[in-house]
Amino acid sequence: MITLGHLLTLSAVLFALAVAGIFLNRKNVLLLLMCIELLLLAANFNFVAFARYLGQLDGQVFVFFILTVAAAESAIGLAIVVVLFRERRSINVEELNKLSG
Amino acid sequence: MLIPILFYGFAAILVAAGAGVITTRNPVYAALCLVLCFFTSAVLWLLIEAEFLAIVLVLVYVGAVMVLFLFVVMMLDIRAEELRASFTRYAWLGWVVTAIVIAEIVGVIMARKLGVDVTRGAPPLPAGYSNTQELGVALFTHYVYAVQLAALLLLVAIVAAIALTMRRRRGLKAQNISAQVAVRASDRVRVLKMDPEQRQ
Repeated sequence: MITLGHLLTLSAVLFALAVAGIFLNRKNVLLLLMCIELLLLAANFNFVAFARYLGQLDGQVFVFFILTVAAAESAIGLAIVVVLFRERRSINVEELNKLSG
Repeated sequence: MLIPILFYGFAAILVAAGAGVITTRNPVYAALCLVLCFFTSAVLWLLIEAEFLAIVLVLVYVGAVMVLFLFVVMMLDIRAEELRASFTRYAWLGWVVTAIVIAEIVGVIMARKLGVDVTRGAPPLPAGYSNTQELGVALFTHYVYAVQLAALLLLVAIVAAIALTMRRRRGLKAQNISAQVAVRASDRVRVLKMDPEQRQ
């Protein structure tokens, strides 16, 4: 039997992995975006689990909207990365200091 | 008995794939590990009877978002080694934060006063229950304005992504249709009045 605790622990592990990934890959914008996707997946896991175990569907509706926003976010984020690479020939986060002068 | 085996198996695959995303050196492999993450998550959501969202996850994430990621990763000429030069400098901080996050969340889950019994199985669904139908009813009655807002957001995202990445190449010879249509005869032909030349 899968209990709520199982699912929440799994999503906590996934969330923590994604947080660790942000620290490990903090130079590569693409990998940072992927880690953010992983974070959102872990959050969605919690929503789906609570929606199922509390017997309310609103959590699943929320996951639907999170998916929408995440898709929009990654589309714009990748567009920015492409423009950035065209401009600077690099996606290293440490070289993105143009705005601060 | 089958369901716990499936759950533990796919959960192990999910965690391994997540670890692969954050530790692999090649961004293409990271993207493919993320695809595996989404697939196994979809299977786990199927196990807890969230069928519609499982299929949406596969279609939207694996079918659209991750393909976009792969396109961008392969389009950009990234030297991955350079980006990992100081891989280990802040790694310890990463692991410390990770341990704290896991301890906090598991502590919250295991708290007795949460009001939710986390050791209980899911309540059984009534016979003939359709997750897709129920979700559709909720989306198009109670959440209809939110759906409209999400549609607007997607439209804005499309326009923004195209506007960001569109570029005009210099020296490109293209017709300017509106200028061609708006032209008048007086712009093209100049009528000169001049005296006839005298034959010498």
